[in-house]
Amino acid sequence: MTDILIKNLPILVVLCPLMMSLFLVLISNAFISWILTLLTTVLTFILSILLFQEVQTHTYISYALGNWAPPLGIEYVIDKVSIIPIIIISSISLLSTIFSYKLMPFDVGQSSISKVYSLWLLAIAGLIGLVTTGDAFNLFVFLEISSLASVALVAMGAKKDKQALVAAYNYLIIGAVGATLYVIGVGLLYSITGTLNMEDLSNKVKEIDNNRALIAGFGFMITGIMVKAAVFPLHIWLPRAYSYAPSAVSVLLAATATKASLYILARILFSIFNISDDLIIITLNYVILPLSILAMFAGTIMAIYEKDIKRLLAHSSIAQIGYITLAFSIGSNASIAAGFIHMFNHALIKGGLFMAITSIGYYLQKRITINTLSGLGRQMPITFFCFILCSLSLAGLPLTAGFISKLYLIKATISSEGIWIVFLILISSALSLIYLWKMIEVLWLHENTKKIIINENPSIYISLLIITFLNIYFGLDASLIVNNSESAANTLMGFSK
Amino acid sequence: MISSSMGIWNYWIVFLLMMIGLFLVIGRKNFLKKIVGLAIFQTSVFLLYITFGKITGATPPILNEALDKVYSNPLPHVLILTAIVVGVATTALGLSLVLRINSEYGSIEEDDISAQDLVDYHDEIETNKKLKSKFVK
Repeated sequence: MTDILIKNLPILVVLCPLMMSLFLVLISNAFISWILTLLTTVLTFILSILLFQEVQTHTYISYALGNWAPPLGIEYVIDKVSIIPIIIISSISLLSTIFSYKLMPFDVGQSSISKVYSLWLLAIAGLIGLVTTGDAFNLFVFLEISSLASVALVAMGAKKDKQALVAAYNYLIIGAVGATLYVIGVGLLYSITGTLNMEDLSNKVKEIDNNRALIAGFGFMITGIMVKAAVFPLHIWLPRAYSYAPSAVSVLLAATATKASLYILARILFSIFNISDDLIIITLNYVILPLSILAMFAGTIMAIYEKDIKRLLAHSSIAQIGYITLAFSIGSNASIAAGFIHMFNHALIKGGLFMAITSIGYYLQKRITINTLSGLGRQMPITFFCFILCSLSLAGLPLTAGFISKLYLIKATISSEGIWIVFLILISSALSLIYLWKMIEVLWLHENTKKIIINENPSIYISLLIITFLNIYFGLDASLIVNNSESAANTLMGFSK
Repeated sequence: MISSSMGIWNYWIVFLLMMIGLFLVIGRKNFLKKIVGLAIFQTSVFLLYITFGKITGATPPILNEALDKVYSNPLPHVLILTAIVVGVATTALGLSLVLRINSEYGSIEEDDISAQDLVDYHDEIETNKKLKSKFVK
């Protein structure tokens, strides 16, 4: 029995939310649908923990879908690399499902709750499928499942603010163009290698040099995934989509959606193609490196000038994605490990910040700009406390998870790239303190002029407390993340040798 | 000679359709036209895949008949069936969003909509100012 379970884990972790999302459409009761969603996410989380343990011993788990042997059939691959985004997605989806209990009815209305949870699970299934699959075309299908579901989820914000519709529309159009570009790339690669399996692709790609179709295919794939991952000039859809989405949806999307795409980006750059290849070196040094540095500054500066808090956090996400792609672009083992560390930590940080801000929005029953926050810090000590800790973590102060990722990023940068990038990283982290301080100042030091009284709700702050605790815990003892990220980087680089 | 130029001809059509589609998506301000552009863009990719799979003069890949002959690759066709389904889903979701946008804003022109959003934004600022001046008094 346990044998069969262990054997089928890679597919179960995808099927579990997928099947439940189909079932949820039939249920009309809001509470029951929430309970079922919670159970599903708990189950997915347990399955992913089992997978994590399994990967520690076996290092590479391959699952042939429908029993068709891998190079021809679709393969699901769990290795040290893909387990990191799986853990991120399943844990964040569990926390944000707990968080959504009060907020979802408030944002989308009682009547459509079960449909929203159906989409919610569909998005989660799409994201997990995206990172487990080892087949380049199957990846596209999951990419579209997750992005169509999240577009519909963003559009559900229309009950509060009709701009959510336009935000969702832009997300859909830009996302679909990105996915189509990716498909063109896969098609071009298929036309010269005759395979869609990623491992097989990496073997076949090595034998071909200087083929134009290969270069074009690589360009299309990278551009398509960069649209999905919101790498700097292709980020236009992100701030609007995150800021007008229902509260819990922004938590889920901000913490997981771009991470999955960034993982795919790393996978294409380092495992399908070869790091020692000129093509990859040129792409990393002259495309991704400058764009990440631009993203670090553009995101931070846009966040400094932003009044709307949710959009401010979305802009800061763009800067943080810049750090991750910067780590990838340096291309050494240590820096890729730093990228994965930051991927994990940023999911915790941004999840926590979005939870804090959207729960303030729930307490006030309105959209929050910087002015509406004045003096509320004393009214809601727990939320404010968590908010401060997550902000410090974002800025990268010692004893927080954010510090660990900055530390490893800087360490990796010094040893391979030189001091000037370290300066840029430090400057942009310092700049991020400006917008964080702006919020903290208004929350704590300003006067509560409107005499607003807030009663904090345990069902809302419980998940916020958990995620804040994780932020501190992984700041004190980062060995779990660091070890796994390092072995992920080694696996990823070993793949291409 | 003719057959080889026919092969290239297909790629030209792909290129043309792709550019038309992408231009519509980027250049048009009408939300409905953007979706039409997206559909054309995706269709061009379908044609690209089909062209890869076709070998001139080859038979269909039927087991008994094609064993000792050159046969076309069936896999791109199957992939495209999947991609068509995804494309239909995208178009359907896009159209339903356009319907909702039309009922909320009364327009599907990007300029109209951003103008309306801007008006709402300024209204909000005005009401905030009025509220503030009340507090001062």
